[in-house]
Order: sequence, then C-alpha cells, then structure tokens
Amino acid sequence: MIMKKLEEKIVKALMIFASVTILMVLLYILYIIISKGLPSLTWDMVSKNPSGGFYLGKEGGILNAILGSLMLIAGSVAISMCISLPIVLYINFIRKKDSRFSNVVRFSFDILFGIPSIVYGAFGFMIMIYFGLQASLLGGIIAVSLLIIPIMTRSIDEVAGSVTQDMIEAPKILGATKFETVKVIVRQISPGITTAILLSVGRGIGDAATVLFTAGYTDSIPVSPMQPAATLPLAIFFQLSSPIEEVQNRAYAAALILTIIILLLSFSTRYFGRKMSKSKL
Amino acid sequence: MRALSKDIVMNDTLTPFIDAHKTNKTHLTVENLNVHIYGKHILKKVNLSIPEKQITCIIGPSGCGKTTLLRCFNRLHDDNSEVKVTGNIRIGNEDIYGSHVEVTHIRKKMGLLAQRPTVLPMSIYDNVAYGPRLYGIKRRRKVYEIVKHQLMAVGLWEEVKDRLKSPAVRLSIGQQQRLCLARGLAVEPEMILGDEATSSLDPLASTKVEELFVKMKDTYSIVLVTHTLRQAKRIADYVAFMYLGELVEFGRAEEVFNNPKHKLTQQYLDGSFS
Amino acid sequence: MMGLSLFSIAVLLLIGLVLFLYSLPTLRDNNTFHLFFTSSWKPFKGEFGFGAFIYSTLYVTFIAIVMAFPPALLCALYMSEYATSTVKRVFSPVIDLLSGIPPVIYGVWGTLTIVPVISEKLAPHFVDFSTGYSVLAGGVVLAIMILPLIVSILIEVFTAIPKGIREASLSLGATKWQTVKKVILKKSLTGIVATVVLAVSRAFGETIAVLMVCGNFTDIPQSVFDACYPLPALIANNYGEMMSIPGYESALMFAAFLLFIIIVIFNAGSRLVLYRIKKNSQS
Repeated sequence: MIMKKLEEKIVKALMIFASVTILMVLLYILYIIISKGLPSLTWDMVSKNPSGGFYLGKEGGILNAILGSLMLIAGSVAISMCISLPIVLYINFIRKKDSRFSNVVRFSFDILFGIPSIVYGAFGFMIMIYFGLQASLLGGIIAVSLLIIPIMTRSIDEVAGSVTQDMIEAPKILGATKFETVKVIVRQISPGITTAILLSVGRGIGDAATVLFTAGYTDSIPVSPMQPAATLPLAIFFQLSSPIEEVQNRAYAAALILTIIILLLSFSTRYFGRKMSKSKL
Repeated sequence: MRALSKDIVMNDTLTPFIDAHKTNKTHLTVENLNVHIYGKHILKKVNLSIPEKQITCIIGPSGCGKTTLLRCFNRLHDDNSEVKVTGNIRIGNEDIYGSHVEVTHIRKKMGLLAQRPTVLPMSIYDNVAYGPRLYGIKRRRKVYEIVKHQLMAVGLWEEVKDRLKSPAVRLSIGQQQRLCLARGLAVEPEMILGDEATSSLDPLASTKVEELFVKMKDTYSIVLVTHTLRQAKRIADYVAFMYLGELVEFGRAEEVFNNPKHKLTQQYLDGSFS
Repeated sequence: MMGLSLFSIAVLLLIGLVLFLYSLPTLRDNNTFHLFFTSSWKPFKGEFGFGAFIYSTLYVTFIAIVMAFPPALLCALYMSEYATSTVKRVFSPVIDLLSGIPPVIYGVWGTLTIVPVISEKLAPHFVDFSTGYSVLAGGVVLAIMILPLIVSILIEVFTAIPKGIREASLSLGATKWQTVKKVILKKSLTGIVATVVLAVSRAFGETIAVLMVCGNFTDIPQSVFDACYPLPALIANNYGEMMSIPGYESALMFAAFLLFIIIVIFNAGSRLVLYRIKKNSQS
C-alpha cells in the first residue's frame, strides 16, 4: 500500500518534471534568440538592402530577405488557397464527408504533409531544370506551395467537417443558387480558412530547405517573378556561416526577426482559434 | 415540466428515508449531499439510506442526477475538478469522503457495472484477475481459484473455460457485461453499483444479468440506476425516485409502486413524463 | 473539382516518378550493395557509397528518438490523465510554439548553446577533441524538434481511449498510475508505436537544423562526438555544384528518392493505424 502510493507520487513528479522541462526548453530557446539578436537589431537591418561591404560587416540590412520572404509567402498562399479550397469543398460537400474517396484524398494529404521540405526542394529544382527555369521567385513560390498545400487543406478540412448537413440545406430550401450556397459554406468555414492561412504562413516563411534550391538568393528586391529572391531563413543560414563576427551577429538579428514573425503568427492563430470555438458554442 | 418542478419546491415534506430502518439494516447513508458541476446545482440536498443485502433501484427521468448520485458512492467524481461534492456519505461507519480515507479502499468496497460493458484490453482471465493482482495476490493457484469461482458465480465459466486466454473483447456484449460483474466481484466488494447495466444488452442477456442480481442480493447490497420502470418492478426491493436533482420519494418497492406518496411519483409511474 | 482532388495523389506519384527517373543512372551504374553499404564518396571518380550518410541519418535519428520519447510520453500522460483543464490550456501553446519555430532557428540555437557545451564541457571527458558539431548536437536539436509532434499525437492517442475503461480500472481500486501502467499504455500500444514511426520519419527528413550543427563530414562517425553527414544535409549542401559533375546530380536525386520512399512508407503505415484508433473511439 505504501509502495503503491510512493510509486504514484514518483511517477507524477516525473511527469510534471518532464512537462516543466519542455516548457523551460522553449523559454530557453526564446531567451537565447532574443538576447543574442537584440543587440544587433537596428533600424537599418529592416529598412536597407545589403550594400557593398555588407558581407564583410559594413553597411546595410536584410530588407531584401524580409520582402523576398513576404512576396514568396503571399504568392504561395494565393496559389495553395486556389487549390486547397476547391478540394475541401469537393470532399466535404459534393462528395459525402466520409466517403471512401474523401478519405483517400485526406490520407494522401497526410502523407504529403509528412514529406520533408528538402524533397520538395529537390523535386522543384529538377522540374525547373527540366523546363529550363532559373532559380527565381516563381520557382520558390511553386515549391513552397507544394509544401503548404497539405497543411492548408487539412486545417480547412477540419473546420469543414464540423459544418452540418442542415446548414448546407437551409439555403438550398430557400431557393439559393449553387453559387450562393457555396458562399454560405465559405462564410461558415471562414475562421478555419484564417487559421489555415496563418499556419501555412508560419510553416512556409520559416522553411529554408525548399527555397535553398528554388528561389536562389540576391541582394536586391525582385521586381519580376522570374528573378531570384532572397528569403529570411536563408539570410540567417548564409550569414551564420560567415567567419566575420558582425555578419554572424546580423544572422542572430535576422533570427530574432523571423522568431518575432512566428510568435505573432502563433498568437493570432490562437486568437482566431479561440474566437472560432466560441462561435461554435 | 415547469409546473412539476415547482411542485417539489413547494412541497416541503420531503422526508424520504424511513421504514427501511424497521426491516433492514442500513448499509450506506447519504446525508445532505449536494453536487455542483460547472457551477450548476446537479444534486440538491439528497438524503438516502441504502439497505443492506437488498436491491435498491434509483428511478427517474434522464438528467435527474441518478448517475451522478451513483458515482458519488465510489468517488468517481474525484478526478474531475469541475465537480464539487459536499455532504456526507457513509458506508457502514466509514466516511467515504473522510480526509484520511484512501479512495482506492472505498472503491474496492463497491463493484461498478457501467452502462456498456467496459472490458479491459487483456484476456478474459486477466480481466477477472486484474483486481486481485492489484491487491498483491500473486500465487497462480490462488488467482486461478478466484477467477474460476467468480466466473462460475456469473455463469460464465462453462462458456469460456476453454478460451480463458483469448481477448475479452471477443465475447458477446452480454457475456462481456457478466465478465465485468465477475471482475467487480473478484475484489470482494460489499456493494454492487449498476449504472443502467442492462441497457445495452439484448433482452435475453439482460434477463440473465437481472437474475444474477437477484441471486446475489444474499451476499451484496445492490444499487441499480435504471430508466426502465419494468426492470425496477421486476427486481427492486426498494425504490428511490429522483427528479431534477432531488430525491422525491424513497421506500419499499410495493409501496412506492402501488401507492406513491408524492404526486410527481404517481405521474412518473403513470407515464405522464419520462 | 474531382480532378483537383486527385491533385495530392498526382503530386505524390509525380515526385516519386521524377526522383526515381533521375536516380536511375546511379542505380544502373552502381552495385546496389555498394550504394548502401560502402562509404567511399568520390563524386569526381564516380564513386557513390551512401554508407556513411545512411549511417549518420540513422544514428542522429536514433539519438533524437531516445532523447525525445521518454519526456514526451511522460508529458503526454500528464496532460491526458492528470492535468486539470487549466493546466492543459496553459500548456498547449507551449507545444504549438515549439512545433512552430522554424528549423533554421533551432539551428541557430543549437550552434549557440548545444555545440559549445559539447565541445567544451562534455566531450573532453570522453574524447581528445571535438568541435561540438557532432552526432550528439544533431540528435539533441532534432529531439527537441520532434518532441512537440510526439506529445501532441500521443495526447490524441490517449484521449481516444474510452473513459469507461479508465473508470472500470479505478473502480476496482486501482490507483491512477496502476490504471495508466496496466490499462492505458497497454490499450494504446499500437498508437504509441505508430507515433514513434511518424516521429522517426519526421526526423529522417529534417534538413537545415541538423545540417547546421552536425559537422557535415563524410566519414562514419566513431562516437557521438564526431561529425556526421545525414542524407538531407548531403542534398542541401551540394545542390550548387551537382550540375557540374557527371553522375553527381543523379546520386543526390537517389538520396532524395531514398528519403522519399522511406518516409512515404513510414507515414502511410502510421497514419493508417492512427486513423483506425480515431475511428474506433468515435464509434
């Protein structure tokens, strides 16, 4: 009896210890990134392109990478939305939610979700070579789209699954056209779409392995989709491998910028998520 | 419905226990039991005396708090921080919610039979042996004897003796429920609590379990939550009628069924609401 | 729309096909045994032995799983069996954030913290010299990266177990831990295995973070303090020059194909198991 109680206590303590450790690891990561990045984070960093001696530690910033990442992710989200949304509507409302077909589609997206970004990158790269394309913003957009389509589809699908049959039938009974019915459904799942976009942006903007192959890197801001584009993760990656300390410090500042973006995205996902669960009640 | 609920509030003569004392010893006493779940008042000042070695049926419309009450008896609400239980429950002379009382010790005294059979993910044999092993019975011979004895007690031995090592989920639902009963009996409880224990069974299997209850009341006190009046009429010695979290009437089965003291009970028995 | 819905399957097949076609020359020109089990990597001579890379990938993944699984299991059990709803609410953003941090940030963090600790504090006790960029550094960083995945899927697996089974055990007088040990863990064994398989496949493919801390040295690591060179890092590091050396491109695509096939198989298997668990809990 005493042994039983003792065992219970020890195990519970271990569980709490493990959970607290996980929390501490997160805080430690954030602490390191912030404390290392903050000293080098200047206004120039976010407002200027790299100038002549930037990679030797002279003037300039990483505006090219910030804007490059934003353009890249905007394009990718737009493309993947055009693919994901129709798929979700099809497998939930035109086909039966739990039909064999719909489940096979879900399953294949789950597998796509598990494929590492380096494979998407390599695949994108080979396709680009086949068509004679250079590393460019467009190439990056296509590769990142492949990466985020599974995330987007599955997270919209989760919300779409909770839309009940009578919500769809009500407008039909009232004599709505197909298009209007679709509008009603899209409005129903719009919080899910918001969450899906935020999640996809978070995943896409931070990924280095896809853009390494496909988007290239440049010191200027791309003006056409056929030009190469710099991205934040690669800015961090390349600057960190420099032997010059100032450049390394900028890598830390860039890491801080990326982390701040991720934190903001994560908090807004929570915010919208909570709003969503409230509207469900 | 609303009119009915007013009835109880206005009628202050709620003194339901009573003549149980005259004939049978009380086994479990409930005093001023209040339960709040998520701040809602689910059980209101319930007082009840469960007689020893009798079958007590708790009846009432769904949502009246029958199951909540039953789960208070073996402290199954403990792990849910949203459930607040106040009041007194005693088994014999022991305070179930006493500060020094070990919850496992209380639960051991009561075998619970859930609505759907809940076999553990192991063999038939291990299901019954689960409890005894928890209490440190290690010798194979002894464990085997307990398993055999309890499976016989629920009439399952002949049906399963050749496949004791096969997974319990392979049994039929009716067999599973009897296995759960045997499993509960193996820890040598004083009481059996049944939470609509036959509602998921077919009529034949249901009858078998009912017969077991009747047979077992010589040894155990039995408390059954049931929503089928007919079952209560068939096997109950005592009946408690609950409505909207209050205990409306309690007494010997014949009396409650034949001339209920309370208007609400009468209406429920007549089928005016359910 | 139906055509579009088959997009996912089409992409899956297309990736497999393209990678396979590009890796054909490597498969044709090399003895399969040599490809997998020798470590002679001389692109200029056309020698492609993936042994060291495959070994590195397995080694780093093994360390990551061994380090991540126990705390993840304990944490998931605590969250699903013990924690109050308030604790759960407070803790779930922790898991979300950990899984949301980009690989490159983990890489930066790893080079700032793990690498120097290994090089200065840990390694001197065991070996003569270590730069810190090592199998161990890769394993630690990877462990933290797959931890949130394991925790969140395990929580799903545990909550899929019907409440009645827990109550059955508790009402027989079992303590909570006895219930967890003898019933919950037993019931969720297949789910736990599926989760680990899924985590392994995630670990196999992780590129940038591991690349940044593992040293990228083409030799079989002798100890956890030696540098190593996992497959994804190999691909990422050499994409620039691969076009200029004949056969190199095909060899790298073979590496990608290998990753792809293994990960698809692992994913498909574990997802199917997890689906069944979820479905059973709903019915």
